[in-house]
Amino acid sequence: MADLTWRATAAPRRSTRTWRVSTSAVVVGLVVLAVLVVPPLVNLDEQAVDLGAKLQPPSWAHPFGTDDVGRDLLLRCVYGLRVSLLVGVVAAVVATVIGTAVGAAAAAFGGWADRVVMRLVDLFSSVPHLLLGIFIVAMFRPGVWPVVISVGLTHWLSTARIVRAEVLSLRSRPYVDAAISGGASRWRVTVRHLVPGVLPQAGLAAVLMVPHAIWHESALSFLGLGLPTHQASLGTLVQSARGSLLAGDWWPTLFPGLFIIVPTLAIAGLAGAWRERLNPRRRSELML
Amino acid sequence: MLELSAVTAGYEPRRPVLRDIDLDVEQGESVGLLGPSGCGKSTLARVAALLHRPESGHVVVDGETVHDWRYRAPRELRTAFGVVFQQPRLSADPRLRLAALIAEPLRAVGRTGEIPRRVEELAATVGLGAELLARRPHEVSDGQLQRACLARALVLRPRYLVCDEMTAMLDASTTAALVAVVEDYRRESGAGLLAVGHDRTLLERWCGRTVHWSQLTGDRGGDRAQDLEPAGRTAPGTA
Repeated sequence: MADLTWRATAAPRRSTRTWRVSTSAVVVGLVVLAVLVVPPLVNLDEQAVDLGAKLQPPSWAHPFGTDDVGRDLLLRCVYGLRVSLLVGVVAAVVATVIGTAVGAAAAAFGGWADRVVMRLVDLFSSVPHLLLGIFIVAMFRPGVWPVVISVGLTHWLSTARIVRAEVLSLRSRPYVDAAISGGASRWRVTVRHLVPGVLPQAGLAAVLMVPHAIWHESALSFLGLGLPTHQASLGTLVQSARGSLLAGDWWPTLFPGLFIIVPTLAIAGLAGAWRERLNPRRRSELML
Repeated sequence: MLELSAVTAGYEPRRPVLRDIDLDVEQGESVGLLGPSGCGKSTLARVAALLHRPESGHVVVDGETVHDWRYRAPRELRTAFGVVFQQPRLSADPRLRLAALIAEPLRAVGRTGEIPRRVEELAATVGLGAELLARRPHEVSDGQLQRACLARALVLRPRYLVCDEMTAMLDASTTAALVAVVEDYRRESGAGLLAVGHDRTLLERWCGRTVHWSQLTGDRGGDRAQDLEPAGRTAPGTA
């Protein structure tokens, strides 16, 4: 009886999960295809202004409509996604590399060094990310790389904590004792046994960081601090559409907004499935 | 000779797991250390293999007093010990193939030139086929993995072997095979052996001298050792 009840409740759950994973995979696939294939193949200028066709609602000629200077929004959304995804991926890689290095070093050395480093991490995380990010972008001229640096330098803290905890648990394994007895130095144990052991977790943290980094890029650009306004990114698109929203033109905000939400949810969905594979005992929930 | 004198060790300050323990292992001698689980014999084995710093006491290896433990111990001193642990799963890095696992100490000390010859030699000694050497730890049984761990402990030709419950997870035939490998190595190289375990029959047949934990602690460790089986049957030198 218990078995039957379990089946009745478990079967739909599994199919929901499969559905979520396959939808996420399709969306991520489409996004990657659009971002990589469209700009080189479709020979259209996303900056082409057509003042005669400004603020056109969605139609067959312009499926997402046009903005206040008549630029095609579908094309600008694809180019914007390209920039945002680039920022997201590179910033996530930067954050993960820094976080892994700091976390692994703290845990591998332990004791005094560990305490000092982790208190610095605490200190760093007491400042809001966005505020710190704004300080960093304010030091440079607007562009893609200041945003990457800003997001990367403010988001390594959680990865450092995760990696440190994992390394601490690996450090007490007998295979580390065996390595010491075999003459391995601390550096060799860290590089050969400890860091490879945390790479799956660090990789997962990196993938979960991509949507977060995209949101940060959008937020910074929306505040006018990220990319220059003429360059299409999801943040700048939403920002420049604010004015027309008040006039009742909904499409210049809706489509870039969807382009922020749908791909990031899809990436997070895939990461959730990956996490469940890494640690099936921990229920996967969306962590962004 | 490996001499441990007045060793007190533990994992938390002022709460030692073992107190004032003296134990000697001569070169070429095999010493069995018997005791119930949780009494601190594994900790003593870790101290002896320079893997755990004692709170007080001395460890002298072939006349050389040990001042530093773990990474800080001089490499020649650390590699004088071959250590085999109880659980092969936990003592093997899950990412290394068995061949790499056995060769790891040679790689760590920079003697990479000897790897192919030594791995082949030791695989034959412990009874691992070439096909198994290409597998990762999760693809072999506990017994096969423990054979690889023993090969790893022998690869640098240690002067002392420390076997901490080496056979507790294994079946009788693998136990017999591994004990035979250790004994062959000891006879051929003249290495000392400290075998820790709770299987009286095995240790008494294996080792030249069997010491019961309660003999080391006297009555001082009584709070932990109360519910032990009486130690009377084990006298030194019951070979």
